Amino acid sequence: MELISGNEAIARGAWEAGASIGVAYPGTPSTETMENFAKMPGVYAEWCPNEKVAVEVGLGASAAGKRVLSTMKHVGVNVAADPLFTAAYTGVGGGFVVLAADDPGMHSSQNEQDSRYYAMAAHIPMLDPADSAEALAFTKEAFVISERFDIPVFIRSTVRVSHTKCAVETGERVETAPVPYEKNQPKWVMMPLYAKPRRLDLDERIERLRAYAETCPFNRVERRGDAVGVICTGATYQHVVEALPEASVLKLGMSWPLPAQTIADFAASVDEVYVVEEASVYLSDQVKALGVKLSQPARPLSPAGELTPQAIACAFGADEAPHADTPANLPPRPPALCPGCPHRLVFRELARMKAIVTGDIGCYTLGALAPLSAVDTCVDMGASISMAHGFELGLEGEKHRPVVAVIGDSTFAHSGITSLLNTVYNCGTGTVCILDNRTTAMTGHQGNPVNGITLQHRPSRELDLPALVRALGVDDVRTVDPMDMKAVRAALKEAASNDELSVIVFESPCVLLTKERNAPYEVKSDCRACGTCSLIGCPAISCDPETKVAFIDASLCVGCSQCSQACPYGCIVSTGGSHA
Amino acid sequence: MPSNATTVLLCGVGGQGALLAADILARCAMACGQDVKLSEIHGMAQRGGAVTTVVRLGEKVSSMVADQGCVDYLVSFETTEALRNISYLREGGVAIVSDESIKPLPVLTGKLAMPKGARKQLAAHQAQVIPAELLAKQAGSVKAVNVVLLGALSTYLPYPKDVWLRVIEERVPAKFKDVNITAFESARAWAERNAAKEA
Repeated sequence: MELISGNEAIARGAWEAGASIGVAYPGTPSTETMENFAKMPGVYAEWCPNEKVAVEVGLGASAAGKRVLSTMKHVGVNVAADPLFTAAYTGVGGGFVVLAADDPGMHSSQNEQDSRYYAMAAHIPMLDPADSAEALAFTKEAFVISERFDIPVFIRSTVRVSHTKCAVETGERVETAPVPYEKNQPKWVMMPLYAKPRRLDLDERIERLRAYAETCPFNRVERRGDAVGVICTGATYQHVVEALPEASVLKLGMSWPLPAQTIADFAASVDEVYVVEEASVYLSDQVKALGVKLSQPARPLSPAGELTPQAIACAFGADEAPHADTPANLPPRPPALCPGCPHRLVFRELARMKAIVTGDIGCYTLGALAPLSAVDTCVDMGASISMAHGFELGLEGEKHRPVVAVIGDSTFAHSGITSLLNTVYNCGTGTVCILDNRTTAMTGHQGNPVNGITLQHRPSRELDLPALVRALGVDDVRTVDPMDMKAVRAALKEAASNDELSVIVFESPCVLLTKERNAPYEVKSDCRACGTCSLIGCPAISCDPETKVAFIDASLCVGCSQCSQACPYGCIVSTGGSHA
Repeated sequence: MPSNATTVLLCGVGGQGALLAADILARCAMACGQDVKLSEIHGMAQRGGAVTTVVRLGEKVSSMVADQGCVDYLVSFETTEALRNISYLREGGVAIVSDESIKPLPVLTGKLAMPKGARKQLAAHQAQVIPAELLAKQAGSVKAVNVVLLGALSTYLPYPKDVWLRVIEERVPAKFKDVNITAFESARAWAERNAAKEA
């Protein structure tokens, strides 16, 4: 038995099934799946710039005959939706399995969408494991289903499946022979001529999948009592069996298509039947649409956020376990840009100049939090640049604060390039800051097309960002060291006063990558207690609550000098002599 | 939600080593024939934010999350985080808390204050406040705080000491093996002395 997470189990299941190609863009809670798959013997795996590209690469490799795993977080499925919807029409060559990792509770995401809706909307069958053992078994079977029904298959996980470790019996890899590629235009050329008959073929495949769902061993009834029956999928099942030990349970391992007859039979076998699900009404709506009359718990569950056993038990009438109250007035502990993060001063300067800052996904979202409080918006990958253009359009003709987009290097490669192209094409204005830290930092320092580090460490090339931006048609492109406060201030001021589109590439690697440490800084005794240094939001700097005198924690300080530059009175100095 | 499984909630600040502690605990339980689930949250919280990890142990474990009033052992790497999670402790549950306090950013910038009388509040919950950093330093590395907390926790759990030592040896980097064994032993001795004092 091995103690492995759901993500590791999915990677292992794909490998045991003979998958030989993996394609992904990192995103919590999916990331470790492809990182683990990439370490398996005999496989090729790559990070792609985004999920759409990953699915298209995967579909090509599948068409060519190989078994392929593609992984992404739930919002990545939005990006990949375009090829996925049509991949249901084309079907596959070798088995093609796509992980959609949902984040109910939004531990590390901007929304809590339910990927089961995608399965239904795209006509892609979906398996919904409840723990690591199922994640492994379901992934293996997903490849069989994919080839048998000529269709991509979703594995859906949630954060509590992906990031929960439990004991799993692993197996051996079984190599599968590639499905030989033969030119087949009616299958692979989705123009109306071929797509129309292929649509009818898809409907026929789905009908066969509906029949399969009735016999699929992953849909099972656990019979306990006749009074209460609960229908559920995924991690929610684990909470239900603990919360309602008397209830019979229909555990659906296949969350689309649903087994209509199995559900009707189960509903008829109990006095009251309920659906319990997390952050969504997908399943209850689908079961109701089958004509099943659902009962409502005494106290309806919240449609938002994660479920727990107690939340379910209380909905069904149990009392909450007695517990102490959380003490009032506890200070929150939000995440923060790391001590020494080289891009901190950009946010400080943007806050100082009171810019309208359209932000993006990744570490730099943290520039929204106090005391930096610099960021006005954060929506999705690449939105910083396109929303900045939209702000400029919306404020056209009005006197307004400068509009500045802030985006990281990996996010720019993911979805920022087309946004910038649009601004150039439509003669937009404003300032775009690309904070190039040479990595995909927030998800754990993955390689990307900018740093040129590939998933399996094959030699590649770094991207020349300023040259790319120039090639897109931006005339005003400058490269600035974000650790130099005067240069940051001057560049932003100049760019903001320019009537044309300006792009500033701030180049400095993530502090966690370089591991460079200089002598820590200290506050001299003549500190004037003005509080300016604390505005850069460095976790190593504190202000005395009474005197407001600054203090630097030498154990956290990495000697980056940014606070020293921010101090208007020269009161912060290096303990190691002159600073770099 | 009362359950047959034992629930351990580990909490602290990103980067303190709670994940390794949870991993060692889970493997001890597995080595003793128990079912186990270990649930952790990655991502945003890693950048210095508050983190929690749940380990559930027993004959058969279903859910992987902890509910308020249902945690048997609250193991905290930091006093404010112990208070933040105190509502999870069940009546009669045990809190083991490192005596370290780490100021979050809103306190560092002077906007908010640390809770007053944290020790007193923890004492009201009969928390075992352990000088974990001191014991870790004495053992040879401040990084061994996680194993110190495990040492204290181990005195409440039914797993034989040799199983703990074996799993620690397997899971910590080879060059820190001795440091961690010393840290574990000294924390057990501290917990036993403390228990004797209370009795």
